[in-house]
Amino acid sequence: MKISEKLARETLLEMQRRMLRIRLFDERASKMVKRGYIPGTVHTSIGQEAQVVGACMALKSGDHMTGNHRSHGHPIGMGSPLGPLMAELVGKATGVCKGKGGSLHLADYAVGSLGESGITGSSIPIAVGAGLSAQVLGEDRVALTFFGDGTANQGVLYESMNLASAYKLPVIFLCENNFYALSTPSHTVTGGRIVDRAAGFGMPGVRVDDGQDVMAVYDAVAEAVDRARRGEGPSLVEVMTYRFREHSEGLRINVDYRNSEEKQFWTARDPIVLFREALIAAGIATAAEMDAIEAEIAQEVEDCASFALESPDPEPSVAFEHLFTDAYDLEDVL
Amino acid sequence: MATEILMPALSPTMEEGTLARWLVKEGDTVSSGDIIAEIETDKATMEFEAVDEGVMGRILVPEGTENVRVNTPIAVLVEAGESVPTGAAEPAPRPPAAPARAAPTAAPAKATPAPVAKAEAPWPEGTKTKKQTVREALRDAMAEEMRRDGDVFLMGEEVAEYQGAYKISQGLLEEFGAKRVIDTPITEHGFAGIGVGAAFGGLRPIVEFMTFNFAMQAIDQIINSAAKTLYMSGGQMGCPIVFRGPNGAAARVGAQHSQDYAAWYAHIPGLKVAMPYSASDAKGLLKSAIRDPNPVIFLENEILYGRSFEVPEGDDYTVPFGKARIWREGTDVTLVSFGIGMTYALEAAEILAKEGISAEVIDLRTLRPMDTATVIASVQKTNRCVTVEEGFPVGAIGNHISAVLMQEAFDWLDAPVINCTGKDVPMPYAANLEKLALVTTAEVVAAVKQVCYR
Repeated sequence: MKISEKLARETLLEMQRRMLRIRLFDERASKMVKRGYIPGTVHTSIGQEAQVVGACMALKSGDHMTGNHRSHGHPIGMGSPLGPLMAELVGKATGVCKGKGGSLHLADYAVGSLGESGITGSSIPIAVGAGLSAQVLGEDRVALTFFGDGTANQGVLYESMNLASAYKLPVIFLCENNFYALSTPSHTVTGGRIVDRAAGFGMPGVRVDDGQDVMAVYDAVAEAVDRARRGEGPSLVEVMTYRFREHSEGLRINVDYRNSEEKQFWTARDPIVLFREALIAAGIATAAEMDAIEAEIAQEVEDCASFALESPDPEPSVAFEHLFTDAYDLEDVL
Repeated sequence: MATEILMPALSPTMEEGTLARWLVKEGDTVSSGDIIAEIETDKATMEFEAVDEGVMGRILVPEGTENVRVNTPIAVLVEAGESVPTGAAEPAPRPPAAPARAAPTAAPAKATPAPVAKAEAPWPEGTKTKKQTVREALRDAMAEEMRRDGDVFLMGEEVAEYQGAYKISQGLLEEFGAKRVIDTPITEHGFAGIGVGAAFGGLRPIVEFMTFNFAMQAIDQIINSAAKTLYMSGGQMGCPIVFRGPNGAAARVGAQHSQDYAAWYAHIPGLKVAMPYSASDAKGLLKSAIRDPNPVIFLENEILYGRSFEVPEGDDYTVPFGKARIWREGTDVTLVSFGIGMTYALEAAEILAKEGISAEVIDLRTLRPMDTATVIASVQKTNRCVTVEEGFPVGAIGNHISAVLMQEAFDWLDAPVINCTGKDVPMPYAANLEKLALVTTAEVVAAVKQVCYR
């Protein structure tokens, strides 16, 4: 792995911190699902941390991002503190959405998230709209939207790519290709390569073949971001990556749809291990320093879990709040 | 043989137009396909072609004549050498073509007319008004709000260069430029979502659907993104957006283009829903909708676009959401409607008055929030209620009003509430079938008689 010379040491270490946060946060979330603290299920980003963090860190403050159903990592990648995120998963009053969004709608607007959607593809045009607002208001900001290889077959993606290209909007379409739409191998339901679809809309398409290399993801997305900031319009970046765990926690699939060779190949390419080794090899940090960072993040995750569990449930009245932004009496709706 | 040339209907909803210019004069030879006149409607100026061959025998309606009803004879075409038959020389003042939906019933001669108490205009006495079409009122509302707030912009198919498929956005591109009046491709899901994203990004979009039938393609963005985000985010992210366009049956455009979505959108928590009838309400409510920090569904009607009403002058006339308007006061029965349903309700009230039944007519104007208090108060006075709407009967707005009255005014009701609605079928195409599928004034009159036990 080639460490970018453009990035300061502190930025590089922050990348590793954010990848570790995603990993340990999602591992803890998985445990909390199994213990019954988190209702329903969660979709973890474990294994895909480089793809998430490399992309998010190519943005700057003021930029926008939209996520999807596998989206705990996206706000963390943008720099969210962990406590309100975990509290949201548990459904507590201190959650980032006051306990009203949950795992599929873990939106931290403070870090530039414009929300996440469990309806795959739904948040893609939202990012394009954020790009339109930047253009109309003359503001220097870009919008990044994450979607999976499964969603790459949703019509709204192409409506959005067309609009972004036609209006030359500052948008980066980022396909997180982990090869499977739940258990369906993408290549069996997808015609051609996803990245090649960019050409049809007159925008550049770049594929990052090793999405476990956070530097490679960062470089590709940073180039697309630069292009967007120059007013040259949108880009599509397809990142090949792998989820180490099941589609969602607790999901039991009797069919072994991923063969063990494939799994071994990818799990051997753990993005966090790769980056740690590369940073040490490049002399940016010592093993002891990296250990210290890992311990620091482990403690953060411990703290976020305690914070979530110790926080109060939402007040019952909150169920009937936030329908409208001005005072609106439910009696009127009767 | 002489042939009468009739004022053409240049769109399914055209009722009258201006005969702007004759391009032929009496004595000219006319071939099929020749352009013989220019007809102006409130939407556009269109060329009128001759269908038959012959000689222009007589021009019955001179150029420049306004308000020429569809199907009025405007000229007589004769064969070469033939003279104009005397009967045609002086055009008998034909009754104008009956509007497609009007189904007046003859009033019994002996009935004592009910006292007609017209409710006062919903603006202060002395307010200066002017006559405007609903179309002009909607345009003015957008233009005024775009002048007032630089974050307001309009996007949709054909809204900019073509000035709106129904000519609602006339003059807006010229005044506000291409950054604020944006033509979109035919991509409802995409541009509805982009509108929502632009609202999240700090703008106040007005998204025009060419008709709400096409908004079905965008329903995920309207419901899941626009309506729910404020709630899902615990109050952090609001969505100030207006989705507007014609809703409901136009005329003769078949099942996929003729549907009333009032009940669909009114079902959704997090949306505000307006469905104006008059031009003043169209203007006042649209201005309120644009200023509202929440997502608003604004349901217009193609047939009403060309209708004229008094509208207060000035650029600050707004109508609040959640306040019904009493169009006509009455004592025997309460008619509740909204949008084009008001046409039938008001016609029915007129007919009923001649038969001695005094109907109070309430226009809900907005369905979310809904001013049920005004309806309840009226029913406490009249003890009877009939609702009128164009939508399907199951899960209708009228069903909801019936339920509210049962819960809140049970002891005041002297008869079950009747819901007059469109019929439980997709809209058929043939004119006679379409009439059967729509709610009619006659049905409203019959329903009122039923609840009045008359």
